[in-house]
Amino acid sequence: MNAAPTDVIESEAASTAESRIKRAPLVLNKRNFSWITERISGVVEQPAPRWWWVCFSITGSIAMFGLFCLGYQISTGVGTWGLNHPVGWAWDITNFVFWIGIGHAGTLISAILYLLRQRWRTSINRSAEAMTLFAVMCAAIFPGVHVGRVWMAWYLAPVWNNYGIWPNFRSPLMWDVFAVSTYFTVSVLFWYTGLIPDLATLRDRATTKIKKFLFGVFACGWRGSNRNWRHYEMAYLLLAGLSTPLVLSVHSVVSFDFATSILPTWHTTIFPPYFVAGAIFGGFAMVLTLLIPARAIFKLHDIITPQHIDKMAKIILLTGSFVSYAYTMEFFVAWYSGNAYERFAFWNRVLGPYWWYWWTGMLFCNVLSPQLFWFRWCRRNILVVYFVCMCVNAGMWFERFIIIVGGLHRDFIPSAWGIFIPTWVDIWTFIGTLGIFTSLFLLFIRFLPMIAMSEVKIVLPEADAHAASPNGHHPVAADGRERT
Amino acid sequence: MRTPTGHEVYGMGAEYPSAASLYEAAKIVRDAGFKRWDVHSPFPIHGMDEAMGLGKSWLSAVVLAGGISGLLTAILVEFGPSWGLYRLVVHGKPYDWKTVPAFFPIMFEMTVLFSAFAAFFAVLIMNGLPRPHHPIFNWDRFSRATNDGFFLVIEARDPRFTELEARELLERSGGQHITIVHED
Repeated sequence: MNAAPTDVIESEAASTAESRIKRAPLVLNKRNFSWITERISGVVEQPAPRWWWVCFSITGSIAMFGLFCLGYQISTGVGTWGLNHPVGWAWDITNFVFWIGIGHAGTLISAILYLLRQRWRTSINRSAEAMTLFAVMCAAIFPGVHVGRVWMAWYLAPVWNNYGIWPNFRSPLMWDVFAVSTYFTVSVLFWYTGLIPDLATLRDRATTKIKKFLFGVFACGWRGSNRNWRHYEMAYLLLAGLSTPLVLSVHSVVSFDFATSILPTWHTTIFPPYFVAGAIFGGFAMVLTLLIPARAIFKLHDIITPQHIDKMAKIILLTGSFVSYAYTMEFFVAWYSGNAYERFAFWNRVLGPYWWYWWTGMLFCNVLSPQLFWFRWCRRNILVVYFVCMCVNAGMWFERFIIIVGGLHRDFIPSAWGIFIPTWVDIWTFIGTLGIFTSLFLLFIRFLPMIAMSEVKIVLPEADAHAASPNGHHPVAADGRERT
Repeated sequence: MRTPTGHEVYGMGAEYPSAASLYEAAKIVRDAGFKRWDVHSPFPIHGMDEAMGLGKSWLSAVVLAGGISGLLTAILVEFGPSWGLYRLVVHGKPYDWKTVPAFFPIMFEMTVLFSAFAAFFAVLIMNGLPRPHHPIFNWDRFSRATNDGFFLVIEARDPRFTELEARELLERSGGQHITIVHED
């Protein structure tokens, strides 16, 4: 008799519980598919705005001067850099580790967050992957030219040559060659695979014959067929699955360059996870550095929402905490090991000639500034987020400098001590790579869709083919897989 | 099959208003027993493979083969020189079989590299891409398939295809703008 009222109450309770756990939409203001296409394709299709030419001429000039410095260094010799005994690795390898680390955030977003079914990644993955490619390009410059005789760099490749000489495959430097080149190649393949459906969108919207031809060639004749999507999604999943261990391996291998040596502060087993966490930490700061202005300029607030920035800030806080833990552990282990050289090296880090690098770079920028992200207000305030990201960008460069030069400049005996002073070539080569990086990113947002349209469309409610089904159930595939 | 105007017929297409209606239509066409047909959408629709009666993509097998070939290549490239052509002693460190773990990073990288290439080329080859032109592009409405349009096309090559039956089926499944798509 009273079964019916109970049912009503139960179903009401269920519906309120459901609405309570309802998630904030990933695309705001109930935008539809064609709005997404229009807004994102519009960035590419409209003529370049004036600010773009201003920015590009500045960054392009800096990039050209950086290339001039590289040419000068190659034609004159490594002596144009400030490195000398005992500091044989300085800004060059600092810059290499800095840039390669920045790339890691792009792969984390595109691969790891995909495997973890984080649907919010769709708004940011394309530009983050592009950032990865450009950062790895900048990174590759430094080990390439610091070998000294650049024209001999091909000896790094295992190629049958006249002298019968082969590389030492047991060397971490050799692992690095393979890790970085594989990382770049796989990132390009992953990025291009993701671009194909969006290139087809641009092809179908092209107004001139040249654009239609070029987008047509690069879109490979994509026509959104489900028989194609089936293989495409499997390829995308597998590329994500391959990139995930790859990205972890790359910075681990970079850290082996140091960790397999016997230098105090370098010879430590904590380096691989410490470096990977630091890479993601620094990389996310760079993603936000690029996306916050892009979002404001192109009015992408409905696609890159405060929720996205909030989540990225949380990842910065998380990885920043890993890094802070690693810094603390280094000091603890130096004390606990009882090794006089190790203890000295860490005292020297805090109080030695490079003391202010540690206090500002590592302590203030990397450990303290991300703590602001414990507060929701800070994560939602664009200026605070931007300030912290700038701190982290700088702090991660200083961290690598402290590890590399800090470890080298105080050798085991004081007679071999030295100090590193950068030359103008050192400084401008690094600034030049900042120019190369930003120029490439500006070209990217000008010529390619900076947001993955086909992926953002999936997170709209109307993309769900089952929401409107009569009994309202939400079937998952037989294997329990849910598409992101 | 040709139209009265002499065009070769590729198939018959219909447009659907939403992802959900395309999903329901696909189930109807599948149950009607058609084999040569396809749906087109701006994004992959969840559950569409089952609705079309398609199984798992075996692209993964190609990627596995790619990975194995990468691993074998790395073994050859590393051990060939290091244990045969050019035995290196560095810093007086050991160089016997116990040093095998030092070869693992490059084996891992090569495995990933070859797998990724296999995935990339397999997705193109298994999809018959690049294919710059396709009869479906003759349909003027079809450019919306990469924007916000949802399409279903039954090919004339399908043994069950007759103009009447295909049209009736597409109408029954809620298709709009039903039309014959020309081959040329």
